Amino acid sequence: MKHYLDFEKPIQELQRKLDEMRRHPQMHSLEISLDDEVLQIEKKIAETRRDVFSNLTAWQRVQMARHPKRPYTLDYLGTTFSDFEELHGDRAYSDDRAVVGGFARLQGEPILVVGTQKGRDTKENILRNFGSAHPEGYRKALRLMRLAEKFQLPIVTLIDTAGAYPGIGAEERHIAEAIAVNLREMMLLSVPIVAVVLGEGGSGGALGLGVADRVLILENAYYSVISPEGCAAILWKDRSAAPKAAEALKITAKDLLELKLVDEIVPEPLGGAHNDLPTMAETLRVYLLRHLHEVEAVPPDARLRQRYQKFRSFGHFDEAVPSPPENG
Amino acid sequence: MATSFIPKRSIGLEGKEPPPPPEPKSAAGFIKKPKLGSGRARKREIPEGLWTKCPKCSTMIYDKELDDNLKVCPRCSHHFPIGARERIHALVETCSFEEMDPQLISVDILGFTGVAAYADKLESYQRSTGLKDAVVTGIGRIGPYRVGLGVMDFSFLGGSMGSVVGEKLTHLIESATDKGLGLVIVSTSGGARMYEGMFSLMQMAKTAAALAYHAQSRLPYISVLTHPTTAGVMASFATLGDLIIAEPGAMIGFAGPRVIKDTTQAELPPGFQTAEFLQERGLIDSIVSRKEMKERLIQYLGFLLHSQRHGIAAS
Ligand SMILES: [Zn+2]
Repeated sequence: MKHYLDFEKPIQELQRKLDEMRRHPQMHSLEISLDDEVLQIEKKIAETRRDVFSNLTAWQRVQMARHPKRPYTLDYLGTTFSDFEELHGDRAYSDDRAVVGGFARLQGEPILVVGTQKGRDTKENILRNFGSAHPEGYRKALRLMRLAEKFQLPIVTLIDTAGAYPGIGAEERHIAEAIAVNLREMMLLSVPIVAVVLGEGGSGGALGLGVADRVLILENAYYSVISPEGCAAILWKDRSAAPKAAEALKITAKDLLELKLVDEIVPEPLGGAHNDLPTMAETLRVYLLRHLHEVEAVPPDARLRQRYQKFRSFGHFDEAVPSPPENG
Repeated sequence: MATSFIPKRSIGLEGKEPPPPPEPKSAAGFIKKPKLGSGRARKREIPEGLWTKCPKCSTMIYDKELDDNLKVCPRCSHHFPIGARERIHALVETCSFEEMDPQLISVDILGFTGVAAYADKLESYQRSTGLKDAVVTGIGRIGPYRVGLGVMDFSFLGGSMGSVVGEKLTHLIESATDKGLGLVIVSTSGGARMYEGMFSLMQMAKTAAALAYHAQSRLPYISVLTHPTTAGVMASFATLGDLIIAEPGAMIGFAGPRVIKDTTQAELPPGFQTAEFLQERGLIDSIVSRKEMKERLIQYLGFLLHSQRHGIAAS
């Protein structure tokens, strides 16, 4: 069964008509031939599709990013990459299954990959905690990234999480500290790092794997300081204002590229990454290889300086005209 | 929880902003502080008086006495919120503080169109607090030690971290690295400043990056957590101290307690997300009352800086 989002209704409607026609040809064969009508509807579907997907709103992108069929980290590890050898555990507390990591090859080249991992069904979602990592997930990621540093493997991080897990155990084991340490340490790893936001780039939980020489984002992914629902609840006092919040926060790939907060958008097949995983996986491989090679070509010292400058430059502010201090 | 938890939750990096405080009415200053959390710092109840009621022990305290006592209840030691400038005054040697970047102000880079315009908010907070943004930074002397000092102020948009907070702190950290100075940053924050979208999130990486190089130079950084310190600030510079110190009773955490409750549907353990709770679980080196803070910082800096002379100002 194909899963349709609200805004895909016109496509779904046409598809239904087409399917019905194919099932019961006798009901539709009037003046024009069945083949012609099928062709016409197919053409209409393609047009509608192009129409719908070239004009997605921020909120519709969020829905695409959260699409239940959207490819997750492991889907890319089995397609874009080869020879994935998963490595487990943070060597301190547990193996957080919301984060996966290990060795993999990208067109034969050895890489270390870490990424957040959502579950495909309820059972897997319980195992993966819906892709929301505990502190152990961030600590496992850092352990593996340090391994990469020691043995000079380039790092690819794949990000798809609604956010770090807001739970009791996560607080008790200091999730904030785990993320902060990653932010600091990733800045000092001398190997090339390329981060890709695959789906949801949920706030600090995403940034905890997001300090990199290059930050790429899939066309229908989003990356935000807060979930649109959370922002709506605080600023609009109404979670249903999420579409407005999504717009205001400027979280789509296009917005982020315009604001120079990401380096490049990785295009998705028409209808989204889930619509054609082989094409998506191949596109991602091409983009990753290009960026990795560019970053590898820079000597480590300069690479670290550039990584620092990249994050150092984020921010917009102004200088007030000096005035006598106010009383207050 | 299962499938319901994703749409329900918000990861608490957002700044929980207080309502704009009223215009200051008295020199006492306390009444312009916004309410914190569950009404910790209630407005005094006697009109036109100069008294403040302690939310913990209900003692009526003469405002002047509260000020003289660094906003600590003389009876039960409850720590009231304290402004950035007052705190700096209490920590550094007289006339030793040279403020950095005092003129930096936030801009509405996203043209944030919510229920209220960001630009208007900034203006009203600048007016009511007398601050340009939520942090004051500079170089000053604590005892014999010249240090980079950053102090946040919750009364400015909930101490939320936007581009100005991130820039001022980053510049402070870089200067400390260049000059070979230790760092003390006193945090209080509801988290990231939503109105600046991803630029606010990136301040976490930016400040942490500057700290990476400060640490690489083997310079000490003491992080002081005060009520409340949460979310994006907690997940960046606030938890990266060589020492992490907290004021007693401070609420400290990543996600907001309500978000955690909604997500997990579980009862929160007693004392959850307090300084004491986190010390027991291994995050916090020591809990230091505000009145002893300066003395203890001098002690710590003495150990951390024992091998180098350049942190000590010529007297
Ligand atoms: Zn009291």
